[in-house]
Amino acid sequence: MFPRKFDYVAPSSIDEAVAALSDSEFAKVMAGGMSLIPMMKLRLLSPETVVDIGRIPGLDEIRDEGDYVSIGALVRHAQTAASNLPQALVDAASWTGDVQVRNRGTTCGAAAHSDIAADQTAAVLALGATMIAQGPNGTREIPSSEFFVDAMTSALEPDEILTEIRIPKIGGATAYDKLGRRGGHTDYAVAGAAAWVQKDNGSISGCRVALTGVGTNATLAEGVAEALVGTDGSEQAVKEAAERATDGVTVLEDLYGSEEYKAHLAKVFTRRALTQALSFL
Amino acid sequence: MTTTTSVLGGAIRRREDPALIQGEGRYVDDIKLSGTVHAAFVRSPYAHARIASIDTLRAEEMEGVHAVYVAEDVRHLGPVLAQVPVGKLRPLLADGMASHVGESVAMVVADSRALADDAAEAVDVDYEPLPAVVDLKQAASDKVKVHDELDSNIILTWECGPWGNEEGIAQTKEEIAQAKQRDDVVVVSQEMINQRLIPTAIEPRAVLADWNRGYQRFEVYSSTQVPHALAGAIAKTFGLASNSVRVLAPEVGGGFGAKLNIYNDEVLVAFAAQQLGRPVKYTEERRESPNSTIQGRGWVGTATVTGTRDGEVLGYELHALCDMGAYTQNFTVAIPFLGVFVGSGQYKFPIHMKLDCVTTHTMTTDAYRGAGRPEAIYYLERILDEYAAAIGMDPADVRRRNYIPASEFPGATAPVGFAVDTGDYEKNLDAALKHFGWDALLQERDLAREEGRNVGVGLTSYVEVCGFGPSALADLGFSWSEYGLPSSFNGSGLVRVNPDGSVTTIIGTGPTGQGHETTWAQIVSRQLGIDEEKIRVRHGDTAESPMGIGTFGSRSAAVDGPATHQAALEVKAKAAKIAAHLLEAAEEDIRFENGQAHVAGSPDRSLSWEELAKAAYQPHLLPEGLAGGLEAHSVFSPANATWPFGTHIAMVEVDTDTGDVDLLRYLAMDDCGTVINPMIVDGQIHGGLAQGIGQALFEDAIYDGDGNLLTGSLVDYPLPTATDLPTFELARTVTPTDINPLGVKGIGEAGTIGSAQTIVNAVVDALRALGVKHIDMPLRPKRVWQAIQAAQNGSDS
Repeated sequence: MFPRKFDYVAPSSIDEAVAALSDSEFAKVMAGGMSLIPMMKLRLLSPETVVDIGRIPGLDEIRDEGDYVSIGALVRHAQTAASNLPQALVDAASWTGDVQVRNRGTTCGAAAHSDIAADQTAAVLALGATMIAQGPNGTREIPSSEFFVDAMTSALEPDEILTEIRIPKIGGATAYDKLGRRGGHTDYAVAGAAAWVQKDNGSISGCRVALTGVGTNATLAEGVAEALVGTDGSEQAVKEAAERATDGVTVLEDLYGSEEYKAHLAKVFTRRALTQALSFL
Repeated sequence: MTTTTSVLGGAIRRREDPALIQGEGRYVDDIKLSGTVHAAFVRSPYAHARIASIDTLRAEEMEGVHAVYVAEDVRHLGPVLAQVPVGKLRPLLADGMASHVGESVAMVVADSRALADDAAEAVDVDYEPLPAVVDLKQAASDKVKVHDELDSNIILTWECGPWGNEEGIAQTKEEIAQAKQRDDVVVVSQEMINQRLIPTAIEPRAVLADWNRGYQRFEVYSSTQVPHALAGAIAKTFGLASNSVRVLAPEVGGGFGAKLNIYNDEVLVAFAAQQLGRPVKYTEERRESPNSTIQGRGWVGTATVTGTRDGEVLGYELHALCDMGAYTQNFTVAIPFLGVFVGSGQYKFPIHMKLDCVTTHTMTTDAYRGAGRPEAIYYLERILDEYAAAIGMDPADVRRRNYIPASEFPGATAPVGFAVDTGDYEKNLDAALKHFGWDALLQERDLAREEGRNVGVGLTSYVEVCGFGPSALADLGFSWSEYGLPSSFNGSGLVRVNPDGSVTTIIGTGPTGQGHETTWAQIVSRQLGIDEEKIRVRHGDTAESPMGIGTFGSRSAAVDGPATHQAALEVKAKAAKIAAHLLEAAEEDIRFENGQAHVAGSPDRSLSWEELAKAAYQPHLLPEGLAGGLEAHSVFSPANATWPFGTHIAMVEVDTDTGDVDLLRYLAMDDCGTVINPMIVDGQIHGGLAQGIGQALFEDAIYDGDGNLLTGSLVDYPLPTATDLPTFELARTVTPTDINPLGVKGIGEAGTIGSAQTIVNAVVDALRALGVKHIDMPLRPKRVWQAIQAAQNGSDS
């Protein structure tokens, strides 16, 4: 279908873009447009104004800023996949969509869109990223743990733009694994888990695991981290920790899996992601 | 065994590809006629609802809207005929009642498609929802009627063993019943679902109609598999002679049977064009396609094998409910009948098959690649594997034991009651076992299992029926004769050598991606000795092409191919007369070689095709009584359909933690008779396999209890992509048919017919040790995992 009528603006700066967002009753930011345009064509979403940030200079870089690495709002999945960002994010980006989608869609866009079965949302969460939002009142930092609020809902205000994701350099190792809808790593995640682990003197000193596909949004599996930190990170310890993957997590059934199955997969991929991450240490 | 070259030609590159790959193909939506206005449809959001009222005023008043049509505007024109008109035919627009989600309720015509979509949203329809019948078993129970005016939701039953012979059927049933009483038999039975699928051509359907009031004629562009049928349907609908309707099917981006229908929107767009005096275009949106273009499959059935412990099958039974959807369209109820044709596969054992055609509040089903044959072969080959497992016999041996022996061919009568042209099933099985190393595969599987990997192999046989063209088919009473078409589906071809020695071949059929322009050039080149490059093949324009039907049921090469071959022979015979006259030799001494005609024994006394053609168009140079020109048109009506066959093998590995199935290898030994272009044949097998594997692993048209299609977008209807499939390993045996002079059988659907059950058999083989006996398709990870859980918890999987 064709979208309903809408206004289109292509500002040349973030400030202009924020102003355009503020000026409209219902505006949406477009970066790669890989999710927005289909939703508009299906008339599931009919914004009054589309604010295309694609022509704003300086947003398409992955920059090393010392303590953290910055992913600009126009960095494509393909760029993230080819970067030396942590492995969990690299793999999550490389298993997002298909080649065409990866060449247009953006990592920040995927985070802002917050699809229930996206890959990079889990990675961003496991990496403890900081999300930088710019709005009419300036810039604010949102911890990734507070960013993914609900199905297709992030902590961004309607007049804010996710300009940057900051990935802290915290050491350790990361991994992401999932089951895709067409099996293997294809397509959206039926369920997936991203893991970050750190080891000091033979014991696990830090751990964060995030799940995707199992609930309404990417979620931290806090029980896993709690169970694993302080252990030796052995196969047995990982297995036991993974059993707690869905502690406090709302698991929802969909076309691709029952609640029971998804909860099971959350444990399987938590175990696999942790095992892989630990193998890098 | 493996054919790399062919007696008819070779693996020459597809002449269509440079245009198609470079975006130079012209599809219906690319065609712009000045003044065109655009149609959109208001579609029912309910599977079953009374339409109390339709308020079109707000839409009609929108600027740029030309018309809004509802049922009463077009009632006098419909319905479009169905080949077998049982059940309820689809009204042109829902007439007081909507019977499936997505049914067209009103048509809006506006300056642009976007505006038409806006106006369609402004049409206010007052629906009174009614209970929907979606589940096949519930529908078959007749507790709730789909259509009040029908006696039963079961609109037709096909029964065979052998078909059409009531006495024979009764006898077979008795034979099987008696076999079941024997002490030395096992009876293996399983209920299985062959799920609904959504045919998904890259190009959705599109139609552009123009009415010329001065000439009183239609010109219609449509993405259709059957241009002549559409021309006939429009002519009859509007009371015109068929020569007043010209249908053009330009490049058609995939059909798979789904474009083998005359769709209401094609007739409605023509109606609007006539009413408005403007060309009207409708291009189906991807999102509306699942509910506006036919779906395929949709059977629930129980297959039962009764056999001895040493592998002799004494009886096979299949009782299935086949989902027809809400309305009967073109071949809807004939699809299960195609399953009857191949119900007994390659085997010689008593069969009783009963297929109930059931109407439900869902989109109509009809032909989808394989059409009835994949379903029938699925049940047969799945249950044979369970039987083999039950008696501990190699699946290959069980099949071998029960084949119709080669000695009964040609013309063996299959237990379903049809004569089969040619076959040598054991030769094909042996070729597969040897070429693909069956024993080594089993060893590899067993070694993997020792490593704790869940690897399985599946092996199946299949037989197909295709190449529909026998005149006797007309006796079944297909309604296309009312559209002025030869309902016997004869083939036709015209070969014209032009004055410059180039050749124009015009065929009554047309491709939807199969490469006819290449293959037909090869057929003609083979006879005339004229280089393929000099031969152009035209199709898809009813104003210029001989009366024909189209490509479906893997029929074009086997039916239209021989017609063209015959026409080429006639052209050659005439050219020989001309050459004999000009070279002052006897006609029987003329030889054609290297693109020239010469006198036998005197290669210097020769004429090129250019010289012959030039003379042909100057009648004063020709022998007395010989008309000018150098062309021939031929019609071919085969005595039988053709029956390809083959053996397929799959090797899979299952991740039992997740249920994820990894297809490791796919091996196919097909036999489609003589091969014209091996590369095109391989390509057809590749596409067929992709669609069969898609059914086995991914695709599922899921309706909820209210009749909403939950998988109406490609986000939720996963199609296989190239990255999901292994490199197919293909080989062939060649058993030419004896019913056409080319020896070709057809290959468009074999890959699909042979593959789904091969995958499922392999997966069940991988999991049998865990107690799994069957998993219904698609074998999505969740299903596989659930089956493993159920088996391990001791309940029936």
